[in-house]
Amino acid sequence: MSIWEYANPKKFMQTSAWALPWAVGLTVVLLVVGLVWGFFFTPDDYKQGSTVKIIYLHVPSAMMAINAWVMMLVTSLIWIVRRHHVSVLAAKAAAPVGLTFTLIALVTGALWGQPMWGTWWAWDPRLTSFLILTLFYFGYMALWAAVEDPDTAADLTSILCLVGSVFALLSRYAVLFWNQGLHQGASLSLDKEENVSDVFWQPLVICIAGFILLFVTMVLLRTRTEIRSRRLKALLARERVA
Amino acid sequence: MMPELGKYAFAVMGSYAATAVLIAALVGLTLWQSARMKRALAEVEARQEKTDG
Amino acid sequence: MKALLLRDLRLAFRSGGGFGLGLAFFFLLSVLVPLGVGPEGGTLGRIAPGILWVGALLACLLSLDRIFALDHEDGSLDLLATAPIPLEAVVAVKALAHWLVTGLPLTLIAPGLAVFLNLPAGGYGWLVLSLLLGTPALSVIGAFGAALTVGLRRGGLLLSLLVLPLYVPTLIFGAEIVRRGAEDMALATPLALLAAISLGAAALLPFAAASAIRVNLR
Repeated sequence: MSIWEYANPKKFMQTSAWALPWAVGLTVVLLVVGLVWGFFFTPDDYKQGSTVKIIYLHVPSAMMAINAWVMMLVTSLIWIVRRHHVSVLAAKAAAPVGLTFTLIALVTGALWGQPMWGTWWAWDPRLTSFLILTLFYFGYMALWAAVEDPDTAADLTSILCLVGSVFALLSRYAVLFWNQGLHQGASLSLDKEENVSDVFWQPLVICIAGFILLFVTMVLLRTRTEIRSRRLKALLARERVA
Repeated sequence: MMPELGKYAFAVMGSYAATAVLIAALVGLTLWQSARMKRALAEVEARQEKTDG
Repeated sequence: MKALLLRDLRLAFRSGGGFGLGLAFFFLLSVLVPLGVGPEGGTLGRIAPGILWVGALLACLLSLDRIFALDHEDGSLDLLATAPIPLEAVVAVKALAHWLVTGLPLTLIAPGLAVFLNLPAGGYGWLVLSLLLGTPALSVIGAFGAALTVGLRRGGLLLSLLVLPLYVPTLIFGAEIVRRGAEDMALATPLALLAAISLGAAALLPFAAASAIRVNLR
């Protein structure tokens, strides 16, 4: 009978084991319904033509790119305060997922912008902020990889996540300021704060839900792997001592 | 069946393709890492069962 | 604390202390950029604020890993951590030493280098002021990054990767001050924001850095 080091990870493994199939199922259903509806059964936008179909990828991924970092921030705080290993391992697990969403947001943003702006890349404040966000993700992941001792890595990356969050927020405002300061033609806002009409909004909501579930599924899976990895290291350390 | 994408076909299809690739890469990597870790852990646990038991 | 400051300064100025490396790099950059971009005065003048700020920023980066590394290697960091003065104060003093040895000299030679980059006349004063206000932020943020990576062998590249994103707001506001100053536009906003960043960083980051050092010394 395997002995898990701590009660918490054991409970997490048990709970996630039964939750995972549901998460996967829900993810697939929501994504398929949302994307098929959005792609095949919505009209073109009068201003943006068929590129409006990119909204079903760009908006959910951009939202999740931010939400993933927020989740990492919260779980890092929980680690700092309560020392729950599962929490910090979940943060570590979430980083590559958040990074992937950020990249999707960047690529779809650039592709959406190209026909609108005529260039492959425009230093639009939102796109720029997401570019900076990828740097924060890279830094966080690199620090985890560089530090040998897992608990030390957990502590250092959590501190980095905290400080990084403050600077990420500062950067967001700095970039807004930076682009407004240049008096060029107004950059089209890709995330329309104007009312998105219902015909687009309904499938969009489903896609957003699908991406949320995708995030949850991926983090569950990856956290399980992290917990196993931690268990493996502990067992190997025990072997070396014996 | 396929909607008329017109001149934006590259942007739209490109977005969907890129997204699919990125998500497939993430899922693939995740599953591969999970399988590898499960295998490694099972090996070490079996080894330790033998010496413990 | 003054003793610590003087000691760090003496170490930096000693041969092998690396003083001047940042300055030399800054100078090199100011020569290389025109070589790369072309001698056209208008172009250079337009990008001068950005180049000068990026150059100062990168030059600061060069000596960051020294902030704690030497003391860590010979064990004096452990002593400092258990000394009567709080570790947060130690961090602040070391950041100050870094600024005196790197940031301040960079600020002082910047106007000279601005000549190479054809900075418009109106920008010179603002260049010095923005660097004066902003380089302390660079030193403190850098000290935080150095604290995170102090335990790592060859942490230099990782240090850059961690610190450069944190430098973004400082860079944006700093360069914007010089740009607007050169064009005689209103710059109260970026000036205030840059000052706020420096003050906020100096007040708060030593705490984060001290936590990181304690983690690394465990």
